[in-house]
Amino acid sequence: MKPAAALSLLKPGDWLVLAGGAALVAALWGHGGSGDRVVIKQAGRVFLETTPRLDREIAVPGPLGVTQVEIRGGRVRIKSDPGTQQICVKQGWLGPGQVAICLPNRVSVERGASIYDSLNY
Amino acid sequence: MTPSIINLEISAEDRRIAGLAAAAVGLTLAEAAVPLPLPGVKPGLANIVTLVVLYQFGWRAAVWVSLLRIVAGALALGAFLTPTFVMSLAGGLASLTMLGLAVHLPRRWFGPVGLSALAAFAHIGAQLGVVGVWLMPGVNLLPLLSVFLGAAWVSGLVNGLVVAGLLEKKT
Repeated sequence: MKPAAALSLLKPGDWLVLAGGAALVAALWGHGGSGDRVVIKQAGRVFLETTPRLDREIAVPGPLGVTQVEIRGGRVRIKSDPGTQQICVKQGWLGPGQVAICLPNRVSVERGASIYDSLNY
Repeated sequence: MTPSIINLEISAEDRRIAGLAAAAVGLTLAEAAVPLPLPGVKPGLANIVTLVVLYQFGWRAAVWVSLLRIVAGALALGAFLTPTFVMSLAGGLASLTMLGLAVHLPRRWFGPVGLSALAAFAHIGAQLGVVGVWLMPGVNLLPLLSVFLGAAWVSGLVNGLVVAGLLEKKT
């Protein structure tokens, strides 16, 4: 079938439905963006799992003191840390998939996509 | 004592529905054998059969064919009564309901493509609903919604065009 012939099979209402569907997809696209998660671990255990969409500051207690984690505008960083080298603080805002680890205080912050296993469905 | 005899009358319609359901099951099985890039996204080729049945034999026949296809397809794939089956059933019921409503839309304005797309949206909406409410409550499905709706849009369009082409050929 020629493309023109295929198009003639579409009626005005069909175009309407398709346009509405496309508009819906476009509106939802980027909305909620990715299934981002922020996972804060202390001494290997999950201290807090949260969304980067909620602005907040989290105080994570460790063996050296308190590590401050800041979530703002969908980004996450380690604001302050009692460690001497400040490696994790200097790392700044984390991109998706990045991890900041404050080794002395045994705190890690992961910015990862939420795991959704749709296999088999 | 007279032995009771159960006599099942098999009407021509029964045979027709069985045959069409078998065709739909065949498409479901063929589709299951094709590897797809994204899990959960399927072209839903069996819906071509459902739509053709809807146009040729009415909504009741379409319901029969679709439900028989879902049950028989799940049995053949070993998915009967698993979450996969529940999702497939929920999607099937939702799209049948949608088709039952949409078939009353004026034919002059709405053809197979529109109905197919609407059914595909209802299908994926119900499936994500099942996931959100039952399988993975609390998981943020919003980011997935656009991907799955987009896939439903494409498969709805393609299946609808196939149906429109088939019906065109027939008349």
